[in-house]
Amino acid sequence: MADISSSGGPSMARSQSQTTKLALRIILYLALCIFALFYLMPLFVMITTSLKSLDEIRTGDLMSLPRDVTFDAWRSAWSEACTGIQCEGVRPFFWNSVLIAIPGVLISTLLGALNGYVVAQWRFKGANIFFALMLFGCFIPFQVVLLPMARMLGVMGIAGTIPGLVFVHVIYGLGFTTLFFRNYYVSIPDELTKAAKVDGAGFFRIFWSIFLPLSLPIIVVTVIWQFTQIWNDFLFGVSFSQAGTQPVTVALNNIVNSTTGVKEYNVDMAAAIIAALPTLFVYVVAGKYFIRGLTAGSVKG
Amino acid sequence: MSKWLQDNMPKIVLAPSFIAVMIFVYGFIGWTAWVSLTRSRLMPRYELDSFIQYERLAASPRFETAMVNLFIFGSLFIIIAMVLGLLLAILLDQKIRTEGAIRTIYLYPMALSMIVTGTAWKWILNPGLGLEAMVRGWGFEEFRFDWLVDPDMAIYTIVIAAIWQSSGFVMALFLAGLRSVDGEIIKAAQVDGIPHWRVYTAIIIPSMAPIFLSAFIVLAHLAIKSFDLVIALTGGGPGYATDLPATYMYAMAFSRGDIGQAASSAMVMMLVVFAIVVPYLYSELRTKDG
Repeated sequence: MADISSSGGPSMARSQSQTTKLALRIILYLALCIFALFYLMPLFVMITTSLKSLDEIRTGDLMSLPRDVTFDAWRSAWSEACTGIQCEGVRPFFWNSVLIAIPGVLISTLLGALNGYVVAQWRFKGANIFFALMLFGCFIPFQVVLLPMARMLGVMGIAGTIPGLVFVHVIYGLGFTTLFFRNYYVSIPDELTKAAKVDGAGFFRIFWSIFLPLSLPIIVVTVIWQFTQIWNDFLFGVSFSQAGTQPVTVALNNIVNSTTGVKEYNVDMAAAIIAALPTLFVYVVAGKYFIRGLTAGSVKG
Repeated sequence: MSKWLQDNMPKIVLAPSFIAVMIFVYGFIGWTAWVSLTRSRLMPRYELDSFIQYERLAASPRFETAMVNLFIFGSLFIIIAMVLGLLLAILLDQKIRTEGAIRTIYLYPMALSMIVTGTAWKWILNPGLGLEAMVRGWGFEEFRFDWLVDPDMAIYTIVIAAIWQSSGFVMALFLAGLRSVDGEIIKAAQVDGIPHWRVYTAIIIPSMAPIFLSAFIVLAHLAIKSFDLVIALTGGGPGYATDLPATYMYAMAFSRGDIGQAASSAMVMMLVVFAIVVPYLYSELRTKDG
């Protein structure tokens, strides 16, 4: 724990007068506030723009509050805006994303838990090689698997379908979910497994009644990580979907970059907020676990 | 359950994932590598034809732009995000009363999809109605900020948006690093009357070298894979001005129908990633085994 403060050591207190210290403190808070404004500004602009009418957007300025608050853009973004030839808003695509994310998260988390359990606690010859191979897989740029995957999904008969996208997300999520659980289970002493084996408990029995009950924090971290990854995915979504099965990120991009008709910036912003809401919600509710996943996924990766 | 089944259960459980990784990661990399050495166009062909695709890549001005952009974008993004992240972490490390709330604000962009980030910044940077128009409205009629539609400057808009998205995350990494430095050393330094800022430059920051490396790896990895942000913010334009290898690959694979070029550019991306990641992984694994 770093234990520094500007009221730190006694010698520092003597060397700095109270007024300069106060001035530094004010500057510090001012700087922090300015940065906070920088990070909040796009969100503020998105929300205010989504509540303005198009006329007001054309005549007013970017940062001004809406004069007349209207929810027309939100209604349009949700159920009327055109994503290409289809004009049903982001609603059907939002549900596509839900249908992709839920099974994708559950299956990859379950498999990751089992894999991590084996690699950490049932070390057999080759288990470490397996883990190294998985770890390596986390780092590949997905462009390198895009073409063969497109063909493989065709061969499997799930090209352009939601199960196809679930499958892709499970496969390429496995590396990280295995990594999370493996690093968590490695810290559990293997005497526990040994003792249970002596008592006659089998592989699944030990997993189910010893490891799973201990796993809540890492399950939360993994679920949040996978949910954020899958929900925010664009590359797989745009490559492996077809009209009707696109996830919400692809629909959002289609709305914003459609070249026909009048540009409705307020609708764009409302659609963007709708697409962002689920992951923002998770972040606000479970930020601690979100950050833990980010740092675990990167530092240990 | 038979004895054999019981004994081999760990391997049986691992088998599906193992097979999946071997096929869908390593097999697929092999397929892409193979196809990148053929004359494939609209359909993949499997007769090897040396490095014809890589020669075409090297001769392609569009791919050259993409690589130059990756270099500009990557280096600016990594350097600025690290400097900003470190600065924010140090500012937040001064016993700030509202630290939790401020941290939440700095980090929330990381929860957003790059498509959302791109959409937001596309609107903010819109020359006719965004920031430029706003500042002109304040009376600065000559103010110009039209990078989004300026082929020479558009790549920097991607830098801005990417930094906005990721610098809070770098801050979180560094903040965790600052907090893990041995408090005793810092106290000793303070007792010795070493100035506050010297404690940072001489003690804390040098001891965080592994975190700098991690942050660098993560940011480099993000930069090379950047795709969605470009698509949402500039669509690779104006013209090809903001193409990156990832968007080049996608265009070749799915709109140009040039599988050979798609495969070879994907391989180039992977080599760049590996050039950065492999030494890191290697050193990580070695220190852990030792």
